[in-house]
Amino acid sequence: MGLEINKASVVYPGVGSRPPVEALQDIDIKMDEGNFVVAIGSSGCGKSTLLNLIAGFLAPTSGEVLLDGARVQGPGADRSVVFQKHALLPWLNVRDNVSFGLMLQGHSRDKRYAVGDRFINLLGLRGFEDSPVYALSGGMQQRVGIARALTCDPKLLLMDEPLGALDALTREKAQELILHLWNDTGKSVFFITHSVEEALFMGTKLIVMSPRPGRITHRFDLPFSRRFLEGSPARAVKASPEFIEIREKVLGIIFADEEVA
Amino acid sequence: MSSDNTRNGKVAGLLARLSRGRPTRPGETYGVPGSGDTMTLSLATIAVLLFVWWLITAMEWVKPLFVPAPQTILQKFIVIWREGFTGAPLWSHILISTGRVFGAFLLACVIGIPLGLAMGISPFFRGVFDPPIEFYRPIPPLAYLPLMIIWFGIGETSKVLLIFLSVFAPVTLGARAGVRSAAIEQIHAAYSFGATRWQVLQHIILPAAMPEILTAMRVGIGFGWTTLVAAEMVAATRGIGYMVLAASQFLQTAIVIMGIVIIAAIAYLFDLLMRFIERKVVPWKGKM
Repeated sequence: MGLEINKASVVYPGVGSRPPVEALQDIDIKMDEGNFVVAIGSSGCGKSTLLNLIAGFLAPTSGEVLLDGARVQGPGADRSVVFQKHALLPWLNVRDNVSFGLMLQGHSRDKRYAVGDRFINLLGLRGFEDSPVYALSGGMQQRVGIARALTCDPKLLLMDEPLGALDALTREKAQELILHLWNDTGKSVFFITHSVEEALFMGTKLIVMSPRPGRITHRFDLPFSRRFLEGSPARAVKASPEFIEIREKVLGIIFADEEVA
Repeated sequence: MSSDNTRNGKVAGLLARLSRGRPTRPGETYGVPGSGDTMTLSLATIAVLLFVWWLITAMEWVKPLFVPAPQTILQKFIVIWREGFTGAPLWSHILISTGRVFGAFLLACVIGIPLGLAMGISPFFRGVFDPPIEFYRPIPPLAYLPLMIIWFGIGETSKVLLIFLSVFAPVTLGARAGVRSAAIEQIHAAYSFGATRWQVLQHIILPAAMPEILTAMRVGIGFGWTTLVAAEMVAATRGIGYMVLAASQFLQTAIVIMGIVIIAAIAYLFDLLMRFIERKVVPWKGKM
């Protein structure tokens, strides 16, 4: 899977006397198969706009978004989105939520339950297949959301602050789970977060964005998720001097943006 | 000035003490508005009202012509149950009235819910149907009853149509508002799986709107019962509303009150049924 964004800009038209807002300016991203790209930045830097652009919910004002060389024309099953919250369907149980995408694509009940149950097991939800989703904890609900996104075998997984609503401990567990999933399935992931530590720990590539206009100001290549997958304990990776050094550097960049705002 | 301030301070302190909640017992949540069981209090209120009613009549403070005793109404009920009213048994009056109300209600749901959904998702339908519905909605049914009779005669059509119109507006507007219930994330999730607009409507918007639709149905049938008496005002020979009106012309106050109680009882039973359906159909209401 190759995602290529060339000189993409998004301008929201001005309302009344307010001038137009340049939400994204000249975004260039090149993502190869198996990349884990994390976007971080202060609020209003256009992270979510960028994700909407890739998902196909939004068309760029100028520039282009290419998926395997073809221009993105709208949302499609080759790019699944995991949302922060509110995206599960409370009228369906866990199994029907997970296999929802397959149902929309017209697969038979047996086929979609077979696939769904595989991902239910993969995400440690076995035994909860028939539970209503509103009865689950926040962490389990998020795992249902991730399982649902994986069932349609997307080329690219788009995650919009998927762990933002979780408590600190559940969040660290979920980070490790997502890294293992990514490693096992070989999917490409585009991940948005507000947490610098999470960004550095998870990504192979980090893009740091700044607001007004939303643009990419820094790019980093990151080795930490590989180290974790090779066997280092997560906390040891996050406590290494190298990790702390780059963490403080990125925090400095983001705080500088917040100061200006 | 200063004494005023201290007095105000004292009053404020008293109010604060009165309005401050006590710590709750384990298993309860502190500060939930309106928590607590009301069954005992409700039963007590009904008992007190009945007692006051009985007392007024027993002490002969008011003439029975204006307020008949509770036991008189019960007796009347038994008599009419045995002998019927104006040549027709009581159950046939009840049956024809519930038939009119539920017929109109079902018709209003069958037309109103799809139309409301269409208005919610399509600017075209909203543009076309918003003005007529908003125009007639605030008009009391009694005001357009004469028109219904001029246009549709004095048969069943005008009666059912009158009730239909009073149910139609709340049901339609409820379904229309329900379209907004789906979270945008739920809709985006469906589209990102390649859903068509029709699938989004069928699998996201419609189920998400169910709680509001059921509430609108409850409100709507309430309007239906309110309109029943008006609908049976002209050229009816059967029905609870007719019974109330006919009895009032002969100053049969006991029958009037009996009719009112019957209408209230049926409406209440149906509301209980709707609440039961609500718990079965949308157990997730308010939980996500």
